[in-house]
Amino acid sequence: MSNVRVAGVGLTPFGNTPERTGRDLFAEASIKAFEDSGVPRDDVDALLYGNFMGELSEHQGHQGPLMAEAAGIQAPATRYESACASSGTAVRDAVMRVRNGEDDVVLVGGAERMTNLGTAGATEALAIAADDLWEVRAGTTFPGAYALMAQAYFDEFGGEHEDLAHIAVKNHENALTNDKAQYQRAIEVSDVLEAPQVSSPLGLYDACPISDGAAAVVLTSEEYAAEHDLDAPVAITGTGQGGDRMALHDREHLARSPAAREAGTEAYADAGVDAADVDLAEVHDCFTIAEVLALEALDLEPIGEGITAARDGRTTADGETPINLSGGLKAKGHPVGATGASQIAEVAKLLAGTHPNSSAVEDATTGVAHNAGGTVASATVHVLEVTE
Amino acid sequence: MTDSETGVQDAGFDDWLDAAEEGAAYYLECPEGHGSLPPRRVCPDCGSTDLEEVQLPETGVVETFTVTHVPTPAFEDDAPYATAVADFGPVSLTGQVVGIDLEGIETGLEVELEITVSETTGERVIGFSPV
Ligand SMILES: [Zn+2]
Repeated sequence: MSNVRVAGVGLTPFGNTPERTGRDLFAEASIKAFEDSGVPRDDVDALLYGNFMGELSEHQGHQGPLMAEAAGIQAPATRYESACASSGTAVRDAVMRVRNGEDDVVLVGGAERMTNLGTAGATEALAIAADDLWEVRAGTTFPGAYALMAQAYFDEFGGEHEDLAHIAVKNHENALTNDKAQYQRAIEVSDVLEAPQVSSPLGLYDACPISDGAAAVVLTSEEYAAEHDLDAPVAITGTGQGGDRMALHDREHLARSPAAREAGTEAYADAGVDAADVDLAEVHDCFTIAEVLALEALDLEPIGEGITAARDGRTTADGETPINLSGGLKAKGHPVGATGASQIAEVAKLLAGTHPNSSAVEDATTGVAHNAGGTVASATVHVLEVTE
Repeated sequence: MTDSETGVQDAGFDDWLDAAEEGAAYYLECPEGHGSLPPRRVCPDCGSTDLEEVQLPETGVVETFTVTHVPTPAFEDDAPYATAVADFGPVSLTGQVVGIDLEGIETGLEVELEITVSETTGERVIGFSPV
């Protein structure tokens, strides 16, 4: 079985560019990834591409071939849709293709155009990640579903909005050095607490923004990287995926994410590491409470204690295990279909020492990327390690 | 939602709303005792295809709730409104809490099913009212 190397990564700025088409966003990310990798386009065996709401935002289905064309590659292409975990799922399949020897080089990534829908339109589009009959028709929104989980967490384990506010503050702080981030702006706890309510107990500053953007990653086999003398020191050594019942009300626990636990357990075992080995992680903080649930599912915090991790400095840049050094979805932005691949890009750069925030994790050898769909009815986790 | 131009309904789901409006809401039960909601042919817990309609318990308990201020367009005129997950025993449901001030809603509140309508679209909505 071949180790899978991250040969190159490319990101567009994440933010508010409503006029830019998905194909233009992905083209930019792919150009950067090819430049970064030194891999010629002709060597690509497949494109795996994540996108969630293209039918709604661009009236565009069948995006695989469209994006292969945009990236200038002649290989077969497939679109992956798993809500906000779309490109994490694509990465997982890319890893397995390279490992089993089917492909030597895979371009994997994703893009999302969202801001052209406006706030109401994007809210409606995001809601389709929930069960339409039994959740959306009762008025569930995406923030509303996470608010139900936050309230359930407070009731079961304690904690308050101020604890969550520290997560938003931390992630904004981390994004100050990320010139691709949607928000390069420090905020205070009071900003979070005084922001308008979206869905109680969550306010505007507990939520990631609506974002446009794309991410692309060139993955190669270890053999290909050696043969072509690539500068690709980071490998994806573990992959895992988990699933759960679609509707939040059908879950055994309203304040836990078993799908993420399943994915994390599988990825750790696959890589031969455990949670104690993890030096840093990019986790799916679409809402502040989501970061708490992710940390607990990944065993980076005990159940019921993740709520205090940011407040007490365990997950800040100078903490024991820095979380979301990129700024996370909260400050970096969340172009849904691009997010999973962008997390791989950020972790790879942090481990390679080429990220603006690498100085916070100088001796790091092991990083994790956690990508979640809907209220975590689907999740992928990847372990990345420095190999040389 | 029901297609208002063609009047086409969602079999199973709209039938359930009809029954709930008549005070005859049900859930589906397999021989192992797993509860689930229609439309459904297979028990999601064990794969049994032997599903039977069983009367939904009269009352449920609010497990968690939220007051939504930023709705989807389908609930534009309804906001702010409260949604909750209520545990009815064999199944839990998501619904809007009605018949009580938003400030009065809390976890543990005992509720019964009450089908209500969206002020925005006139579509039927699963609701919970305090017992
Ligand atoms: Zn069963």
